[in-house]
Amino acid sequence: MPKIKLPKGNPSLDMTPMVDLAFLLVTFFMLTASVRLTEPVIVDTPDSHSDKLLPENVILLTVDKRGKPYFNISNAEVRVKTLERMGKQYNITFTEKEKKAFGKMSSFGVPMNQMKQYIAMSEKEKEKFNSPGVPLDSLDNQLSYWIRYGHIQERTLAKEAQTNAKRLGHQFKDTPLRFAIKADGQANFLNVKDVIKVLTDNDIYVFNLITNLEKGDDIK
Amino acid sequence: MAEVNTGDGGGHGKHDKKRAKKSSTRIDMTPMVDLAFLLLTFFVLTSTFSKSKVMEIPFPKDPKDHKLDQKVNNAITFLLTKDNKIFYYNGPFYPKNNKDGKTPTTVLKTDFSAKGLHELLLDRNKPTIDAIKKLEEKYKRKEIADTTYKRLALHEQGRSADPAKHIEAALTVLIKTDDKAVYKNVVDLIDEVKVCNIGIYAIVDMMPSEKDLIDAETK
Repeated sequence: MPKIKLPKGNPSLDMTPMVDLAFLLVTFFMLTASVRLTEPVIVDTPDSHSDKLLPENVILLTVDKRGKPYFNISNAEVRVKTLERMGKQYNITFTEKEKKAFGKMSSFGVPMNQMKQYIAMSEKEKEKFNSPGVPLDSLDNQLSYWIRYGHIQERTLAKEAQTNAKRLGHQFKDTPLRFAIKADGQANFLNVKDVIKVLTDNDIYVFNLITNLEKGDDIK
Repeated sequence: MAEVNTGDGGGHGKHDKKRAKKSSTRIDMTPMVDLAFLLLTFFVLTSTFSKSKVMEIPFPKDPKDHKLDQKVNNAITFLLTKDNKIFYYNGPFYPKNNKDGKTPTTVLKTDFSAKGLHELLLDRNKPTIDAIKKLEEKYKRKEIADTTYKRLALHEQGRSADPAKHIEAALTVLIKTDDKAVYKNVVDLIDEVKVCNIGIYAIVDMMPSEKDLIDAETK
């Protein structure tokens, strides 16, 4: 019986194209991924069947389990500008360092008189800190001011960007500012209603509720 | 590719170098590939899940003249309260001993399961759902354009641009919460309303008489 000659090849294969591809994808995802900051509270949002995505440019109002409101603006530049404006309103001057730190922060739920201490806290301390929430009662409606000034500053910056783009002959695509409410499923609806009222008082009538996508097995 | 031509010109020298290189031009890339794919998996998973989903809800502007008796033809009112309880009644609310001599409203109970709320809304909104289904079939057969389809679907839901042409039978959902209802239930209800193709819904304040009714029910 003749022996079958097996081709004596090298069992290892050339992985270079695969590595190229893998690193290309890694680079792509690394560059497109945005850094997600730790939120001061864990919010368990309710489910819905909506598959709309959260818009890019938002003012985010969080309501935690206890019903305390938190505030955030997605654009860091606008956030710092709004802090400056709020400082003017409440006679607090912030140092450049504090402004920079504030630009890197996520949602916060502290009144203006505690803002300096809150900014100075480390991430760990913030996590443990029991936020009192941004005040929104009629006597001291700071949330309303945050929303109003945030809105104004955002529009001013967008307009500046537009004139700049025009001057340089670039294309300019305006992403309108949206408002989103992220509330905990177990929060009392009265608290959410209060936050909604602040929005409608500021002539904002369309906004988004952040939800999780339901797995959808209980509904045919 | 990876060769570097030293170009020293000497024939003997060149020959020697080639021989020295022969053994190790390849390196084992497996660990690198492992690492690359690990990172790839990490970024793929984190980037797709970080974006949250939203549902859009419009809130009505407070009317200048607080007219309470806005005309609603086919309404269903949901009353939400603690412990995920949900009650509803059809049509307008008649309090006890009302002037018109109508029988006072009683609330019915339902729940957030598919059998409860979902079927109730599907049943109540059947004419609209059927009409929209017909429109959708027409649209799929390319008998109508997509803009027409959208406009007609909105019209069927009672949200036509011209108020004079309002479909009177379109279902309106009113959502009322008491001081103990949780946010999750409101979102569930709005979601169900949207799933069932109901165009008009609003979150309104609960009247004291309604609160008394559900307080009696939950006791």
